[in-house]
Amino acid sequence: MEILLAVAVAVLTTCGVFLVLRARTFPVLLGLTLLSYAVNLFLFASGRLRIDAPPLIGAGAIFADPLPQALVLTAIVIGFGMSAYLAMLALRALAASGSDRVDVRPEP
Amino acid sequence: MIAHAPILPILIPFVAALLQLARENQRWQRGVGLLASVLLLSATLWLLWLADDGVLRVYALGGWPAPFGIVLVVDRLAAAMSVLVASLALPALLYATAGFDARGRHFQPLFQLQLMGLLGAFLTGDLFNLFVFFEVMLLASYALLAHAGGLARTRAGIAYVVLNLLGSSVFLIALGLLYGALGTLNLADLAQRLALDGHDRALARLACALLIAVFALKAGLLPLSFWLPAAYGAAGAPVAALFAVMTKVGIVAILRLQAVALAPAMPDLLAGWLTTLALATVAFAALGVLAATRLRALAAWLILLSAGTLLLTPAPASEAASAAAIYYSLHSTLAGAALFLIAGVVGTAEDAEDTEDAGEPCRRADAPVDGLVRARWIGPAFLIVAATLAGLPPFSGFIAKLMLLSALRETPAGAAIWLGILAAGFLTMIVLTREGCRLFLKNRAPAERPPAPIAWQKTTATVLLAAAGPLLALLAPPLSAYAERAARQLHAPGAYVAGVLGAPTPGTRPENRQ
Amino acid sequence: MGSFLNTGVLLAAIPATAFGACGLPLALQRHGRIAAALAAAAVMATCLGLLLTLAPAVLAGGVEVHGWRWLPAYGLDPRLRLDGLGLLFALLICGIGLLIVLYAAYYLPRHDRLGRFYTVLLLFMAAMLGVVLAENLLLLLLCWEITSLSSFLLVAYHGGNRESRGGARLALAVTGGGGLALLAGLLLLGGIVGSHDLSAILAAGPRIRAHPLYLPTLILILVGVFTKSAQFPFHFWLPGAMAAPTPVSAYLHSATMVKAGVFLLARLYPALGGSEPWFWLVGGTGAITLLYAAAMALFRYDIKGLLAYSTISHLGLIILLFGLDTPLSVVAGVFHIINHAIFKASLFMAAGIVDHECGTRDMRRVNGLFKRMPITATLAIVAAGAMAGVPLLNGFLSKEMFFAETIAHRQLTVFGWLLPLLATVAGMLAVAYSARFVHDVFFNGEPVDLPRQPHEPPRWMRAPIELLVVLCLLVGIFPEWTVAPLLDAAAGAALQSPLPPFQLAVWHGFNPPLLMSVLALAGGVAIYGWRLPLYAWHATLPSLHPGRIFERLHRRLANAARRAVALIDNGSPRRHNALFFVFLLLLGGWAFFSAPADGSRVPVQAVDTAALGALLALSIGSIGAAVLHRHRLLALILVSIVGLTVAMSFIRLSAPDLALTQLAVETGTIVLMLLMLYYLPNREPPRRAAPRAIRDLLLALAVGGGLGMVTLRMLTVPPPVDALPAFYLQNAVPGGGGANAVNVILVDFRGFDTLGEITVLAMVALAAQALLDRLLLKAPRHDADGRRWATEAHPLFLAMLMRPLLPLALTVAAYLFLRGHQAPGGGFVAGLITGMALTMQYLANGIAFAQPRLPGHPTRSLAIGLLLAGGVGVASGLFGAPFLTSAHGHVRLPLLGEIELASAMIFDLGVYVVVVTVVLTVLTGLGGLSSRARRHEEER
Repeated sequence: MEILLAVAVAVLTTCGVFLVLRARTFPVLLGLTLLSYAVNLFLFASGRLRIDAPPLIGAGAIFADPLPQALVLTAIVIGFGMSAYLAMLALRALAASGSDRVDVRPEP
Repeated sequence: MIAHAPILPILIPFVAALLQLARENQRWQRGVGLLASVLLLSATLWLLWLADDGVLRVYALGGWPAPFGIVLVVDRLAAAMSVLVASLALPALLYATAGFDARGRHFQPLFQLQLMGLLGAFLTGDLFNLFVFFEVMLLASYALLAHAGGLARTRAGIAYVVLNLLGSSVFLIALGLLYGALGTLNLADLAQRLALDGHDRALARLACALLIAVFALKAGLLPLSFWLPAAYGAAGAPVAALFAVMTKVGIVAILRLQAVALAPAMPDLLAGWLTTLALATVAFAALGVLAATRLRALAAWLILLSAGTLLLTPAPASEAASAAAIYYSLHSTLAGAALFLIAGVVGTAEDAEDTEDAGEPCRRADAPVDGLVRARWIGPAFLIVAATLAGLPPFSGFIAKLMLLSALRETPAGAAIWLGILAAGFLTMIVLTREGCRLFLKNRAPAERPPAPIAWQKTTATVLLAAAGPLLALLAPPLSAYAERAARQLHAPGAYVAGVLGAPTPGTRPENRQ
Repeated sequence: MGSFLNTGVLLAAIPATAFGACGLPLALQRHGRIAAALAAAAVMATCLGLLLTLAPAVLAGGVEVHGWRWLPAYGLDPRLRLDGLGLLFALLICGIGLLIVLYAAYYLPRHDRLGRFYTVLLLFMAAMLGVVLAENLLLLLLCWEITSLSSFLLVAYHGGNRESRGGARLALAVTGGGGLALLAGLLLLGGIVGSHDLSAILAAGPRIRAHPLYLPTLILILVGVFTKSAQFPFHFWLPGAMAAPTPVSAYLHSATMVKAGVFLLARLYPALGGSEPWFWLVGGTGAITLLYAAAMALFRYDIKGLLAYSTISHLGLIILLFGLDTPLSVVAGVFHIINHAIFKASLFMAAGIVDHECGTRDMRRVNGLFKRMPITATLAIVAAGAMAGVPLLNGFLSKEMFFAETIAHRQLTVFGWLLPLLATVAGMLAVAYSARFVHDVFFNGEPVDLPRQPHEPPRWMRAPIELLVVLCLLVGIFPEWTVAPLLDAAAGAALQSPLPPFQLAVWHGFNPPLLMSVLALAGGVAIYGWRLPLYAWHATLPSLHPGRIFERLHRRLANAARRAVALIDNGSPRRHNALFFVFLLLLGGWAFFSAPADGSRVPVQAVDTAALGALLALSIGSIGAAVLHRHRLLALILVSIVGLTVAMSFIRLSAPDLALTQLAVETGTIVLMLLMLYYLPNREPPRRAAPRAIRDLLLALAVGGGLGMVTLRMLTVPPPVDALPAFYLQNAVPGGGGANAVNVILVDFRGFDTLGEITVLAMVALAAQALLDRLLLKAPRHDADGRRWATEAHPLFLAMLMRPLLPLALTVAAYLFLRGHQAPGGGFVAGLITGMALTMQYLANGIAFAQPRLPGHPTRSLAIGLLLAGGVGVASGLFGAPFLTSAHGHVRLPLLGEIELASAMIFDLGVYVVVVTVVLTVLTGLGGLSSRARRHEEER
């Protein structure tokens, strides 16, 4: 189980980083999304993996660690906000310059 | 009330933003903003005064003690930094009310929320909460950077946002590692657990290294500093002025982490490389200072220069170095901000900032402006700010340089550091002299249209910030003494840990009503 | 105590008055230039008076040291010292200053109100007084730098003129830079001695010279001295600074500022002097400068240029005297300081008069003025004689002592003859350029087309010169009765030891020095007689303009820096991001692998097929997205698959809340990106795999692999002593009033995080309004494959499908919200669902249908939401409890049964409101763009 999660994180991060390094805004946005998945999984994993032990008092005998879940929730939300902002910024740049490139070298 | 003092600096801007959102009327929003900034300044000064008794003020939010709940921790350093933020906010906001705030929506509430983020970042004692406040600070800064439009600002914004999003991801990874390896998110608890055995050292070291990397990104350490001149150079004058304090968030975080957690547990983590990279940053920034063609860009590079200088201080983990760092950050922030405002005045008097393509990296140096002749205050203000930034007496820059030189003298790279600081000061001096000659001495071509008079808010704000140079120098004895006390408190991790973890929660939880 | 009041206060009053009152002229200038001038004169006179009251005690050999501690930790204390040396310089500064004030009032143009000029002049004088009266070396340095700064302002007084700007910048660059070196040197010196007070340093001479850091200290301090006193190779700034108004040159560049370096040399002589390096560095520099500058002076045709080089040369002479390092040579040096100040100041003022009367200073045009201004001419000729070292004038005496010293000196046993020779040659050159000055300006035929018709200046403009020339004569003829006491006191202070026996007299009988003087006079005249071939030869040499060269150099440097910056940072964000990853890899890798390895591991849990499938789907999705990212729609779909898989695995890993949120956010993100794709080209032109892509791939693999490895390591090390989870699980119900520990953490234990989180969200909404406000995007008619977008905004079936969905969605949302505190759910998920549902309505049915169902005023509802969330905190504050303290109790609702209502639920309600508003603002904002674009097109 742990190994699978590690592999998942690795794959997500790799693809995310690769996409983030692309030249256009859209793939960068995709890459950031993938990266955020990886980060959320990792953050979640910091509480170790428990099967069938939701942290609902009274639902069972053993509970997964609730704190990482709360942290990931916050992280997800903030990530959503950030990518929304980036998307709008990208559209604004598109409107202003007609291009969706990330890096336009400042003319020397 | 005293029990609630630590939360006030965060609450005041928050409430102010709510009020401003409730009624989108310009005069109302400006009034609320200015009033809130004044309140904030007085509240932080009060906090400063409270903190100087040396007692750690721990404020457990929701009444949940550390490490379970989130705590705000006010020591002398945190108090000093909040005062810095407040005293920067007031002039910047005043300047903005001259009309910059009207060039787009929601400037005022975003400004207040930016303050909230900055202050939270300085005050919180919980690392995940620090992450949250970083995000508050960053999103506000994204929006403020893009304020008043312009393609250059939008592009600089995209680069800035993407890089900082990566930084936030790394921050989360680091926090996950901390929790996974040490089982805590509270700085004091972290320090305690690092000192004990029974955790995986490699993971702990990695976590701390990643944290440092994120803070270094915010502070602008060399391989990570390229975003800074672009973003700061593109931002509007009052926004850039406020940004002048943002690098300090990263630096203070490094100082604190180093003093409280790293120096006792893993002293070698920063020793090898930080000072070298900081020196490289100083050198790179000095190059940029030489290369800058516009006052605004020059100011941005000077911010980077001061950041590099400040990054020389954490590695030695000595009280003297930290004391120097504290005084230097007060000085450099205010002076740098003042230069941004002056650049704004020069720019507006010229043409920039109103036009859509404000902040385009245009090669043409801004021509001397007839309006400036009539602006009787701006010339002297520039003179003082320039001398302050160049470290010439009798202004705060000289004192700060003196403190840094004597503090870093005994460190391993002492000679190189001396050379770097002095040479950078020299370059700053000659470049600022050039700018001063170009903008304020040259005979001006008679302007075809009469130059727009400079709004009193702009002049007042600029003069206020410029006055900081002489003022901080005049108050050097008490200030440096305070900085030394703050450094002593900072470098007493034992007291910090005990104070935070052993803190009785102020007030009483209302018992559960059934 | 009484004595302290008498002397200490008076002493402190001198710089205090100067600094304190330097704003006076500026304040008074609206009463006219006379008022400004009088104010300046009054301040200087006051300082002079205070000095004179203190003088007797000092002349009697007393030393006054007073002051207090200010920044002892850093060695910067306002402590003052008045001894013979300080007194001498202070008298020069105040005395000549007074004359300059008078002179400048006539010299400077009528339209100038002089307030600024006199204020800066006073500031400069104050700083000079600080330099010469400082007991604390850092205080001395502080004032030293102020003199550089104020001299910049004085030289650049005619800022419109390019020459003066360049000269001022050059002067500041050189002297300021020297000041930095001096700072370093003085800090080292203070470190060696353990104090920055002169009394301690002057007493520690042997210890200093024995210290390993002696040589660097000496060199750094000498750099400061040589830059300030314009010594070779730093001399070039002084001719450039001649662009200054003549009163400034007469004051700064003859009597005071350039003497500051010499002063410091004399000051520190007991501490640093008396060593091999001292002799070679100081003496060598002095000798070279003496000769070189004397030669250069001969070839200047600008009067001030000639005087500037002669000043450099004389400073070289003084410095050489200190370098000779014998008691008598020091006495001679101090004596020459006095004499030079007197005759050079008068010469500059005379040159100023010539300039003022003729409108030019070019000696090729200014000739034969003797007939036109006989009095001024006579005065100037006498002063020039002193400069040349003609007997019966003050210059002669010190020159004689100098010659005597060069002969008496025994350091160079082998080249014993060399020093006297150099001295004689220098003397000849001095005579020669003095001769040129006199002959060219006042005789040598008739003037050549002067701009103005020269005649005698106003009476009082000449007065200062008259006074100084009288002094030249008095000192020259009756040294014993005039200058002797002051000289004794000053030299004694410089030596810090009893004076050697010497005798000031015009006639010492026939002796080698006299012979040398005669030789110098004769040879000088001879050289001048032979001048024309010399000029011809010099004309063949390239001419240099230091100011211009400096500006060009500066420009070159700036361009080089620009190239360097561009080289280091090509401004590409991609590269910045890549660098960030590289930095992380290096730092993280080092930190990770440099740790001691400890091997305790826990067993891993068994793999099951479901998980394997999930991993497969996830990998396919993400890798596919990475490969096919140019086909954007496809890539987006693949990414959404990944998101779903992640949500599923959250359910599997017992995190139902996460799963819900992930699903909701997922939907939101996809809709967002779809809207984005509507405007973006949804296909990117394919490009062949550049090396860049490969580089990125390798980097990505390294980062991903590293993080995966770390993940595994983290999951397999024994978990930390878990104090936190236990606490949360135990306190969730009793403390937080909720069975859903995650939700309780969010709204109670760590509610502060959530407050920040929704603040971020609220700002996103604000930013959306700010960014999309007035944003115009061309709405494409076709998609990438040329299919027409549906023109009717709201397809009917979609509308029909959506309307019934709304109430359903709202019910689900309400349900999730209410149970959130106990079971998976909560304000955030509820908010997202509501927001999505409303957005769907909007997209499907258009604004007409949706408007009444949307919250009226987005920003206001944001405020309300944040208020609800934050309000809990404030309320709890009213109860005296800390911010965000919660309370809870039970209520019974129909259908839902027992509900535990916590005040935290109000907080959650705030979250709900904010989220709904944000989702609506962002999505409808983006959606609205298209209709706005259409409207815009139809208008055109």
